[in-house]
Amino acid sequence: MARLSAGVSMSHVPAIGAAVDLGKTDEPYWRPLFEGFEFSRAWIAGEKPDVIFLVYNDHAVTFGLETIPTFAIGCGERFEIADEGWGPRPVPTVIGAPDLAWHVRQSVIQEDFDLTTLNEMKVDHGLTVPLTLMYGQPAEWPCRVIPFAVNVIVYPPPSGRRCFELGKAIRRAIDSFDEDLNVQIWGTGGMSHQLQGPRAGLINQEFDRNFLDALVDDPESLAAIPHVDYMRDAGSEGIELVMWLIMRGALNKKVKELHRHYHVPASNTAVGHIILQND
Amino acid sequence: MALDKPYKDIPGTTIFDSDQARLGYHVNQFCMTLMKPENRERFLENERAYLDEWPMSEAQKRAVLDRDYNALLKLGANVYYFGKLFFTDKISFEKGASLMAGMSQDDYREMMVSGGRSPDGNRFIGEKS
Repeated sequence: MARLSAGVSMSHVPAIGAAVDLGKTDEPYWRPLFEGFEFSRAWIAGEKPDVIFLVYNDHAVTFGLETIPTFAIGCGERFEIADEGWGPRPVPTVIGAPDLAWHVRQSVIQEDFDLTTLNEMKVDHGLTVPLTLMYGQPAEWPCRVIPFAVNVIVYPPPSGRRCFELGKAIRRAIDSFDEDLNVQIWGTGGMSHQLQGPRAGLINQEFDRNFLDALVDDPESLAAIPHVDYMRDAGSEGIELVMWLIMRGALNKKVKELHRHYHVPASNTAVGHIILQND
Repeated sequence: MALDKPYKDIPGTTIFDSDQARLGYHVNQFCMTLMKPENRERFLENERAYLDEWPMSEAQKRAVLDRDYNALLKLGANVYYFGKLFFTDKISFEKGASLMAGMSQDDYREMMVSGGRSPDGNRFIGEKS
């Protein structure tokens, strides 16, 4: 049987990918950020997950305004790296896990979560930067990946409550898959940041730290946070944090926190990172 | 019945809701074309002519030509879309954000390295910190 062993969250700022791709990780600006992932890279090298169910958002790359799926699951066999306007990132092609993805799709839709199914899609920094943070620069990614894209750009995104409940449905789907697989779920994006307008640069460290605390022990309280509170308190793009609730919803009620890291800034963004193990 | 839009009183912030997405459809889809190098080249050769291929308002075209990003936000453009203009102009998202914040990039970076813009005094229009 497939087994969901752990959840991981991290921000997915494009400048982080550029810092790695351009060999800048030892610069004073970047070093503290990357030091917080040293534990994580050693940990995942020991865990060797077979499949990452990777919750992220596309940034007006694969999805323009012509199609705006709220939840979309990548069921394809492979996902090429998107050219976001400065050439594709020099990272390996992402290999899918179509058997599990199609299974999750069928299971979750039958639980009333009406996913969009994607077989042909390219993936942007929202998906590749988390892989880079956890695996560095391998010739091939050492895991298969199910991309799960959430609309957090065209308001409204799905509610935190909806995301949390969807995570539970994804968990039930993974638990009912017959193949013996070690699966992790990652929730990416956030933490507090605002990229637009005169209020650009907003960071709310108190909000972020409270969010990290509650994510471990009291995720129900986070599921109740309305959109406007994220936008007002954590910046207009801080709303991406609802994606972390899909990750948390998929885990056991009780989890063990293995690692936490928080750093301001990466470009315009507060970077948060946490690893939670199913107890 | 109007929808509840409780985010309208957040200062210095334009939420990309249905109204904005409807208003900005063509300007955002124009921005999407700038992900291709040949389109960036053609745009930079004659920006006005390229913009005239799209059914955008004159105000939207003016805001693109002037790189007035705060005006673009009001006119329905979204930062992830007009971020393609940053790439076209070879500026970073940090630089783009500093322009919208009305700060030099150095001052903006200094603010970010010092912990970012505080939410105190910045949650509601008219709020005093």
